[in-house]
Amino acid sequence: MVGLPVSLAGRVTSLLSLLVAWEAAAWLVHSRLFPGAGAVLATLAEEAIHGDLLHQLGATLARVTIAFTLAMSIGTAIGIAMARSRTLDTLLDSGVVLLLNLPALVIAVLLYVWFGLTEAAAIGAVTLSKLPTVVVTLREGARTLDRDLGDMAKSFRLSTWRTLRHVVLPQLSPFFLIASRTGLALIWKIVLVVELLGRPDGIGYAIQVFFQLFDIRRLIAYALAFVAVVLAVEWGVLQPLERRLTRWRR
Amino acid sequence: MAPVTVGVIIDIDEKQYPGHAGRTPVTALRNLRACVAPSEFCVITGPSGCGKTTLLNLIAGLDRDFAGVVNFEPSPAPRIGYVFQSPRLLPWRTVRDNVALVLPRNADRAALDALLTEIGLADAADAYPARLSGGMARRAALARAFAIAPDLLLMDEPFLSLDAPAAERLRRLLLRLISTRPATVLFVTHDLAEAVELADRILVLSAAPGRVVAEMPIAVPREKRRGPEILAALRAELARLAGHPIEPCTLNGAGVG
Repeated sequence: MVGLPVSLAGRVTSLLSLLVAWEAAAWLVHSRLFPGAGAVLATLAEEAIHGDLLHQLGATLARVTIAFTLAMSIGTAIGIAMARSRTLDTLLDSGVVLLLNLPALVIAVLLYVWFGLTEAAAIGAVTLSKLPTVVVTLREGARTLDRDLGDMAKSFRLSTWRTLRHVVLPQLSPFFLIASRTGLALIWKIVLVVELLGRPDGIGYAIQVFFQLFDIRRLIAYALAFVAVVLAVEWGVLQPLERRLTRWRR
Repeated sequence: MAPVTVGVIIDIDEKQYPGHAGRTPVTALRNLRACVAPSEFCVITGPSGCGKTTLLNLIAGLDRDFAGVVNFEPSPAPRIGYVFQSPRLLPWRTVRDNVALVLPRNADRAALDALLTEIGLADAADAYPARLSGGMARRAALARAFAIAPDLLLMDEPFLSLDAPAAERLRRLLLRLISTRPATVLFVTHDLAEAVELADRILVLSAAPGRVVAEMPIAVPREKRRGPEILAALRAELARLAGHPIEPCTLNGAGVG
């Protein structure tokens, strides 16, 4: 209770000093290509009310949500399965390593070439880029599962579902959180690239348009709106979730 | 009278742990045969590493990789409550939720709370296991095992590493619980005083590979086992038996002292 206002005040202060520094730098440079904080924030508000901002933001967020959900659920399932089965681990390992080292840009271009500039190809490319890190993280987590608790569940004949929900998943939750954190950070960035390459909407598309128009004020405003949403998710969803999941620790 | 619990017929030819990476396999149990009567309190003791925990795991069905059979009568699939050497509670669930976990979803909540109260966990019911003392954590493990109304209780040195008074309180609690909720008990310990205090019958295992080398039924009523002389006599008898394999013997209260 005491910690919250203090950390909030700290955040606000650091944010304000950043804005002041920005404004000062823009005043010094004095160029159309480096708009100040005030001008950008005014543009942001203007675009949100009268412009396309919310529409583009919505399109991007929808893609992020779908790709994130797909990558997390499929990756978790594959990761657990690989930790449990040596055969599956050997079979899939080289594929995971390959995907892990394949640049997201390559995946996106290939999928667009093979499946056309479609929504499915876009989301597929983002999902595939994120998938291997989820697999690797959750596989690591599943390998550290406590056998004693597993035996306990087995000896009391807990159903598979109960064992999963109460015994297995809580042990995986730290790994799941790590995968979510790094995953979200990665997905935001890849989504923009994928949109820039082959989608008719979304923040990535908007940035491409503003880049061609040299409209740096709008470009930064759109990027900023996007970052604000990311921060809101981090502070509003991930951090409270983490506190909730770890409240049993002393 | 007491409801029918379950008898256990143990007939193990061999339990071997496979050797990994060139090491030789280890035989944990060989030719281990024993019968445990319904509602009997059977204590298993023996040198450390003689396969006591392995034996309980085979009976619990946690390990099916062995030559031989374990049969239950009359019910072939009894409800088994297992109290492990460490409490094995889920750290992310409260004491009440840890116990409720092993119960059906529609289980009687009031009965659960009554059990927690009886076991002395009423005040700790909403605490997470990390907050519990060793004794309280063991009570919680005991509550979980009793919650399912077990036909058979497997207990693997459940009061290990508690100080003597706490262990003594828990032994009393266990006996009280069993008097109102009859169950067949297989109780592993290496503490002979504990064995003598609790057992209807003591089985002594040999060093690995473990087999039964002695058994000693104790006919002295539990309340008369407190004195140091009777304890010494029973312990001496047990030590003698353990030195002379397979020589069953009944001790009567009158014959000791």
